Amino acid sequence: MSDATRMLWSPAHVKGADAEEAGGVASFPLTRQLVADGARFCGIFEGSRGGGSGGGGSGGGGGMSLLAVVSSGGTLLVEEARLDGGRAPRYESLTPTIPAAGWYERRLRDLFGVEPIGHPRPDPLVFPVPAGRAAPRGVGGDPTAPMTPDLTPLPTHVHGEGVFTLPYGPVRSGVFEAVEALIETSGEDVAHLRTRIFYKHRGIEARFCGLGVTDGVLLAERVEGVASVAHAIAFSQAIEQVGDVTVPLEAQLVRVVHAELERVANHLDTMVRHTEAAGQAVAYAVLSHHKERVQRLRARLCGSRFGRGVVVPGGVTRPLRLRPTEVLATLASLEREIDEDVCRLMDTPSFVDRLRKTGVLAHGDARRFAVVGPVGRASGVPEDVRTSRPYGAYQRLGQRIFEAHDEGDALARQRVRIAEIAGAFHLVRQAVDLLDELGEPRSWRADVPAVGGRSIGWAEAPQGELLYVVEAAEGRLLQVSQRSASFHNLAAYPAAFPKDVFTDVAFIEASFGLSIAGAAG
Amino acid sequence: MPWIPRGLRHGIVTSRYPRRPDGYGPGFFGHVEVVTVRGDGPEAPVRGDGPEAPAVAAAECPTGAITIDGDVVRLDRGRCILCGRCVALAPSTFRADPGFETAGHGRRALVVPATPDDDAALAEARMRLAHRVRGLRRSVHVRHVDAGSDGAEEWEVAALTNPVYDVQRLGVFFTASPKHADVLLVTGIGTAGMDVPLRQTYDLMPDPKVVVAAGVDATSGGMVHEGYAARGGVAGLVPVDVYVPGSPPSPFGILHGILAAVGILGSLRHVGAEDAAGANHAAGANDAAGAT
Repeated sequence: MSDATRMLWSPAHVKGADAEEAGGVASFPLTRQLVADGARFCGIFEGSRGGGSGGGGSGGGGGMSLLAVVSSGGTLLVEEARLDGGRAPRYESLTPTIPAAGWYERRLRDLFGVEPIGHPRPDPLVFPVPAGRAAPRGVGGDPTAPMTPDLTPLPTHVHGEGVFTLPYGPVRSGVFEAVEALIETSGEDVAHLRTRIFYKHRGIEARFCGLGVTDGVLLAERVEGVASVAHAIAFSQAIEQVGDVTVPLEAQLVRVVHAELERVANHLDTMVRHTEAAGQAVAYAVLSHHKERVQRLRARLCGSRFGRGVVVPGGVTRPLRLRPTEVLATLASLEREIDEDVCRLMDTPSFVDRLRKTGVLAHGDARRFAVVGPVGRASGVPEDVRTSRPYGAYQRLGQRIFEAHDEGDALARQRVRIAEIAGAFHLVRQAVDLLDELGEPRSWRADVPAVGGRSIGWAEAPQGELLYVVEAAEGRLLQVSQRSASFHNLAAYPAAFPKDVFTDVAFIEASFGLSIAGAAG
Repeated sequence: MPWIPRGLRHGIVTSRYPRRPDGYGPGFFGHVEVVTVRGDGPEAPVRGDGPEAPAVAAAECPTGAITIDGDVVRLDRGRCILCGRCVALAPSTFRADPGFETAGHGRRALVVPATPDDDAALAEARMRLAHRVRGLRRSVHVRHVDAGSDGAEEWEVAALTNPVYDVQRLGVFFTASPKHADVLLVTGIGTAGMDVPLRQTYDLMPDPKVVVAAGVDATSGGMVHEGYAARGGVAGLVPVDVYVPGSPPSPFGILHGILAAVGILGSLRHVGAEDAAGANHAAGANDAAGAT
């Protein structure tokens, strides 16, 4: 692990404004300053409960703390603020100055009952707690008691003659994840669009509490099923940092192979959904066949079509199950044929016309919401944590530098993904070659001591930067928060409808390529 | 028309399942088999795990899928997430097997090995369902609802429309309207938020209707199981007829579940049964080799 991560929790970098110091209301002065100076906002998460040692399952007395995370110059900086231990913990909202914090503060309010003072729109987001009930994971709450979400409609934004709200979902007209889009419209244009994700909220982060780390990684794989490998890597790296474990190089390379094939499958999936929406039947058949071939290659490499059960804290459970020559031969034909068909698709005017100038996420909006992943890279926010904070084998593999895009439309997002598929194949080839050179491995998995501590693990998932904030003691998990790129980017999704109409929604949604499971938690 | 030749380039990639067995089955870890060799089986001493190994595996199972009743070890595939831990800890009791035809009529059908009582109850459940769906036969419309999945299940359900699985060839179609639907295909753990939408969808479907729960999440809640927002599977929300294990279930597994639910598996198998039996045998031999 890099020095940047080691320093993460040192007193120099964890600064906090305690409730008492700030006259009763906690704030995040350092975070505000850093973001004003150009740092990228990464999120606010629940920290320890009680006296810093965590523990205390439900409703414990002592105040909880919040952690604000920003990324600056290849380092993650964390500011911790301890809230007072009263029944209604409060702090000063960051959203008025940092719009990207909006969804995080609403999530904390839903799940922990923490009140952001001055939040412009503190509506329920991930779980509308019914009136009279305590937040499930907050003071007086019981995370195991079944609760029914409050389905009261939210107030509308756009007013005027003939304006109405068209609710679409959560049961959609096709095989999609459950999510509701509330489209405020006067007929054809999308005047305003909001997504409601709580239908799918599973309370999965609460399930981490008390698990051992080897069970924890199995749960992490199921937070966002289409990015199982990235989640397993980010979670495992957080645990490895806590235990100061060095992962064998062989295992790091196997992780790269699985993670990059996962990226190829996800990027192909967005293209399959584009071709389906555009009614390109042959292109749909051809690309969905390629995606199936990638899934089958993944299953042949590890036994699971989603790369599950491979990455564990300390390393991997198994080597690649195919010989290097077999992998390289399969990759060569896959890459060539995907490239040919994708080039043909980008030469098909009836397809390209549906994407060009559709769903433009302006550079300014992308910056304001600190958007990550391919969506950010298509709007001139180029960060990719594989290069900005390289982890594992990415530190030694050659990575391609991609052409910059700032058009911000669905076409730019498609172009970014096409380049990333080529980049992913390039990385897989290098990893397989290097594994072959290393020969018989010393070990696939290092021992992970049952120590305790706090840490943040990260990975560049196909959707973008993924974070795991983990606190463990004696090999058990006390608190785990996952920050999928889908959650972070979905907050910017409404900004991508400046001049679009109903029939564009399918393209814009597909081009964001987000997982609702990861966003809803 | 540049796309037409491009579409023809790969020839026919479509599986012939279920008329013919598909060679993909042996390709990956499909289910865990409880090997009932107790004491005198030749495997036990060779593998070197002691008599306490099954109990250790049961304690270590992340979803509590293993129960030990005296001498009998049982595995509930409706809870098994295929992590393979039991196979590593007690290889003479548990075996990782390929194959995807694991869907069962009713929850008890997923517990292996079955008791004679279960077999009788299972046969009856299958008969009752067959009687109910006897009018559907060759045109089956499926309405999929996500009730809190991890997203992987949707990929596998959507894969059924790709040219490899191509379910339309079997008269199976995905439909947007619950009023056209014969089969409700549910994925996910049954979240509190999807309780009402799922039930409304079910209520809008005309009779006869069949509910297929796809995946261990839908069957038992899987790793998430229960909590403030989870309901430990969808059986408490809608009456489930057929369960498909797997985390996530493979496209073939889901297809097997749908075909089993509407009773057309038997009639399709009947066509060319002799070839199928022969090929099944060959596939079985491959399975054994592939698992080692």
